[in-house]
Amino acid sequence: MPMKENWTPTIVAFCCNWCSYAGADLAGSSRLSYPANVKIIRIPCSCRLNPMFVLRAFQRGADGVILCGCHPGDCHYTTGNYYARRRMTLLFSMLDYLGIDRRRTRVEWVSAAEGAKFSATMNDFARTIAELGENVRLGDLRCKQE
Amino acid sequence: MIERARELLASGEVNRVLAWEKGENDFDRTPAVFTADNVDSLVYDGLCGPNLSKYLVGEMEKEGKILVFLKPCDSYSYNQLATEHRIDLEKVVPIAVGCRGKIDVEKLRAKGIKGILSVTEDGDKLLVKTLYGDAVVENRKEVLLDKCLACKGKEHVVECEVIGESEDTTEGDKFGIVAKLEAMTPDERFAFWRGELSKCIRCNACRNVCPACSCVKCVFDNPNTGVANKAAADDFEENMFHIIRAFHVAGRCTDCGECSRVCPQHIPLHLLNRKFIKDINEIYGGYQAGAEIGQRHPLENFDKGDCEPSVVHVRGGARK
Amino acid sequence: MKKISLNALGALFAKIASTMKLYAPIEKAGQVDFYEWNESEKVRLDVLKTVKSAKDVFFPQVEDLLKFRVEGKSIEMNEAPKCEDDFVVFGVRGCDARSFELLDRVFLVDPRDEFYAARRAHGIIVTLACGAPEESCFCTNFGIDPANPGGDASAWIVGEELYIEPHTERGAALIADLEDADASSVEAAKKEISAIAERLPFANLDLTGFDGEHLMEKFDDPAWERLSKACLGCGTCTFVCPTCQCYDIRDFDTGHGVTRYRCWDSCMYSDFTLMAAENSRHTQLQRFRQRFMHKLVYFPSNNDGLYSCVGCGRCVAKCPQNLNIVKVIKALGGKKA
Repeated sequence: MPMKENWTPTIVAFCCNWCSYAGADLAGSSRLSYPANVKIIRIPCSCRLNPMFVLRAFQRGADGVILCGCHPGDCHYTTGNYYARRRMTLLFSMLDYLGIDRRRTRVEWVSAAEGAKFSATMNDFARTIAELGENVRLGDLRCKQE
Repeated sequence: MIERARELLASGEVNRVLAWEKGENDFDRTPAVFTADNVDSLVYDGLCGPNLSKYLVGEMEKEGKILVFLKPCDSYSYNQLATEHRIDLEKVVPIAVGCRGKIDVEKLRAKGIKGILSVTEDGDKLLVKTLYGDAVVENRKEVLLDKCLACKGKEHVVECEVIGESEDTTEGDKFGIVAKLEAMTPDERFAFWRGELSKCIRCNACRNVCPACSCVKCVFDNPNTGVANKAAADDFEENMFHIIRAFHVAGRCTDCGECSRVCPQHIPLHLLNRKFIKDINEIYGGYQAGAEIGQRHPLENFDKGDCEPSVVHVRGGARK
Repeated sequence: MKKISLNALGALFAKIASTMKLYAPIEKAGQVDFYEWNESEKVRLDVLKTVKSAKDVFFPQVEDLLKFRVEGKSIEMNEAPKCEDDFVVFGVRGCDARSFELLDRVFLVDPRDEFYAARRAHGIIVTLACGAPEESCFCTNFGIDPANPGGDASAWIVGEELYIEPHTERGAALIADLEDADASSVEAAKKEISAIAERLPFANLDLTGFDGEHLMEKFDDPAWERLSKACLGCGTCTFVCPTCQCYDIRDFDTGHGVTRYRCWDSCMYSDFTLMAAENSRHTQLQRFRQRFMHKLVYFPSNNDGLYSCVGCGRCVAKCPQNLNIVKVIKALGGKKA
């Protein structure tokens, strides 16, 4: 794939307020690094993630989208992440069915105490997306910076 | 059927009847609501493809009971709508009608038969009168609607009076084409879906006909959502509309096949819905939406031992 | 009159396409619509009707009008470029060719639509006679002759040959190099087409009463309720229609600016004319009635009696539930005793 000069991937991470978002904070206060091009969007629970949000992130230039929520069994609202798990499984499968690389989407469970896991996950995901290159299949041409 | 409808109307048990009538062409069939005055123009034959269940939603505001005729596959939609409380069972009298598969006039046209004036059934044969002479189709199975090739069987899932015999018209594995697509490479799949979806004219027929798409206001029609798209101004918007449309009915879609029947561009939209059904069956266990009233569908349910979304990385489907 | 063998059409297309854009009925994923031609495309002149009408070429479903670019506190506005080069539309049927004249009455009167006007000024239309009219066709009711489809040049297919008769200089220039032929070669074909046209099931619709005089009578007709009952409120009929001309203008926020675009709209939709305040037509019956009243009553009373329907029959063939303008004309037209 022809790569633009100085291209860096844009990654959108939807993080649950009760765990991963705090996990990202912990990563920061523990001085663990994660790529600057990971844009975190806080959501009240992983099950708040409407499939439309994932598509909209891709539309507006995301090259990879990751959802981080509480470990199964630890949901602040008891069961939200179980629903999210099913939804994302089906959504990711559908994107794959339409020919969108399955490695561009991911779900990881990261608790508030797992700053190290947050950092490692983001670094790994950013590396994967960098290897895959720019997302051209699910972007909106009008949103590309000229 | 007309007899029975007339009886029920006369006895006052129902005050109107939801069924099909003949359209302007001899072979056109249009859903219609009849009263005692015009019930004689009710038609039921091999051309009555449209699923009537969704029209019941609009009929619920009216007084009195309505009689509805349900083909076996329509009875699933009926149950699903009842499960979602979109129809009030107290206000409907369902009668199941037999079905041997419905004829797709477009498939007759695809066979090169032009200027069709009328289609008459004679056992398994179809006699087609056209502007350019008559034609005969030896076996009606050659020209059945796509949805009939994935028939859910001859049983009605609504317990009610049954008129007529049904036939299971399934041909091959209903998930066959989905599996074939899964086996393609991502590039091939991408090319296939771009080719199909780029034909979309965003007429919304697939959405409006769908018995599962019964939102009062669709997110795509509401300018306040920021995602309303009246026309697909970009490839992305075609993808988004069709992914969200299919996702929103995932778990509730009975696979009635109306979306593909009505598409003016013949986009095989049911292949998106069926992909979700296949995934649900394989990952969360077999499930048929509308099989009975009151079912909890797989997306409003969970199991603590469910697999992780990363299962997508290891399940079937070509990788390179 | 000129002629060319159907086998040699590819060469003619290539020659035209070497100097200007060429649109033709092209098959993509099993369906035929007007697309820009190139050598790898499959042209289907044998298909009578494209799914969408040829109006797409002059009045596309989506087109950008204006772009705003925001940088700091400055906003830059760039109007989208208008069509500046000649182009050819090949294989337009008589009904679609007439529809352009109807669209002109909307877009070329004050306030003139410059985007449309530029395309009309540069478009060269080569029409194609209808070899085999279908049951849904009823163009003859509107004075259209499927055997003489008009445009800058008209074509007829006879056997393996395509005969072309130019009507304008621009049409003649396109085919100047072709072999000369005798105009009588297509007479038999024309007669045949006219003979079929007379036998069409919807050939003789009674349009009496569809005029401004009987506006309220038609509007209040109780038949609308029955006619609109099965309407799904989808936009299929409006989007395949060659004369439907309603559009919406929307802004798309690109994150770094705004793209203002225009797209087809449908009076069948709940969000139609929402820009003013609200959709004044709350029920599907009202929306359904609007579409047909516009075509058969309002438009002719404002346009010298011209109906805004060309009888292409696309709505007849494509409506998911088989509702259509013919059904409306038959139910409301004439004055049955």
